[in-house]
Amino acid sequence: MKTDPTVILRRKITNRVMVALFSLAVLISIGALAAILWKLSVAGLKAFSIDIFTKGTPAPGTAGGLLNAIVGSIVLVVTGLAGAIPLGVLAGTYLAEYGRDSWMGNVVRFCTDILLSAPSIIIGLFIYGIIVLPSGHFSAWAGAAALCLVAVPVIVRTTEDMLCLVPDSLREAAVALGCPYWKMIVKIGWRAARPGIVTGILLALARISGETAPLLFTSLNNQFSTSTMNGPIASLPIVIFQFAMSPYKDWQNLAWSGAFLITVTVLAINIFSRRVLFTKRHN
Amino acid sequence: MNSNTPQPRISVQGLNFYYQNTLAIKNVSIDFADKCVTALIGPSGCGKSTLLRVFNRMYDLYPGQRAEGKVTVDGENIIDPSVAASKLRAKMGMVFQRPTPFPMSIFENIAFPIKLYQKLSRSEMIDRVETALRKAALWNEVKDKLNSSGLGLSGGQQQRLCIARAIATHPEILLLDEPASALDPISTAQIDQLIDELRNEFCVLLVTHNLAQAARVSDFTAFLYLGELIESGPTKQIFTSPREKQTEDYVTGRMG
Repeated sequence: MKTDPTVILRRKITNRVMVALFSLAVLISIGALAAILWKLSVAGLKAFSIDIFTKGTPAPGTAGGLLNAIVGSIVLVVTGLAGAIPLGVLAGTYLAEYGRDSWMGNVVRFCTDILLSAPSIIIGLFIYGIIVLPSGHFSAWAGAAALCLVAVPVIVRTTEDMLCLVPDSLREAAVALGCPYWKMIVKIGWRAARPGIVTGILLALARISGETAPLLFTSLNNQFSTSTMNGPIASLPIVIFQFAMSPYKDWQNLAWSGAFLITVTVLAINIFSRRVLFTKRHN
Repeated sequence: MNSNTPQPRISVQGLNFYYQNTLAIKNVSIDFADKCVTALIGPSGCGKSTLLRVFNRMYDLYPGQRAEGKVTVDGENIIDPSVAASKLRAKMGMVFQRPTPFPMSIFENIAFPIKLYQKLSRSEMIDRVETALRKAALWNEVKDKLNSSGLGLSGGQQQRLCIARAIATHPEILLLDEPASALDPISTAQIDQLIDELRNEFCVLLVTHNLAQAARVSDFTAFLYLGELIESGPTKQIFTSPREKQTEDYVTGRMG
């Protein structure tokens, strides 16, 4: 077939233009991330020292670190996840295995999606209403509950998606052997979907370790290290928020260091979780 | 089937099967002989896989699918919901079109179904796994890597692993749903040879699109078309002197 040379030329030009547009979009988005990381590293590393990990948050004008905030964040995130993992995995399993086309399943799925996109400050206010107000004080429990609520929908959806990727033939193969359905889920379904489910949990972990809004009304803040879950507790995002807003130079520097720390951690979790999924898929 | 067949292992009388409101199997009556290979042939959508899935009540998994009629195994009508599906499935091993190794080691793949029914010591379990793998003609290829993942085997090996898994619990009936359709010719030949050996111990039902395979390995053949049983009988007769015009058209390649 003979092709009109102007058609070829037009296609070539269109191709060039589109590739240029796509590349520009990629450059802008990667550029933004690079700029954030660059600024964080420069400003964050300036005040970065071992003191960050060994000393508590200081009064203005004195030396100090972020120890209580780091410990608080770990306590809140771990407690939150401890609640969110069983809830999320079980609910996701229900959706994928029992509620695919059911009325109940669709309702749960819809609510999970709403929860997933709800502004996290709403979740903070909700926990404030049901835990902080009745108990009369801010507490680490309330903060952990708020983070749990943020993490649950993330885990539910990834668990459901990953279980739905498990082929039905695998389910049938187990059931054909006389395996009860629940046992098939536990021994075959979860095992086949494990890398994906773990990735979902890690992504939820990354998500809640940077959340600030749900903690404002729940765990509040604490200038000191605390050993009780029944009182306010410090956390990195809240300390960053408070210190960054302050007029004191050394507090602002600590906020930069905290922001750097959180970003690096979240980035590391994300990269690690994607690697888990990637390598397992290609085995 | 014909008068000199041995005692039927599965007896189907007036079976209807529905996907929602679609009738997929229409009033089928047929007996399947024990210690024989019976091939179910017919064009796509004729109901042969559906028929196979009635026998271990796989349709229980899907609401909207239901069977009516009588399917007698060991004196019980297995269509009756009061017959426990798990008890039924213990009698029937099933192998699917695509290999379905579980995401665990080769050893665990075979041990998994055994553990559902029996609590064995480690050494007994090792014996059972070896026996099953030997019967499925896979032992020599995997004996040195029993602890590596079943997913790492080739397609043909995976399918033989699934056969080993299906026979590990000592079922009496084997339901093979196009077990070689996703395999290369060499693996297919291995599966055929395996089926040939299995006939001595099991009542084997083989769904296949491959007429040559049906002719090679089966003792009896049943031809289904659009949900109806057109004709069944000894394989030789079905392939050389079928009674029905439709059967002749299908086995000679004029239809389907």
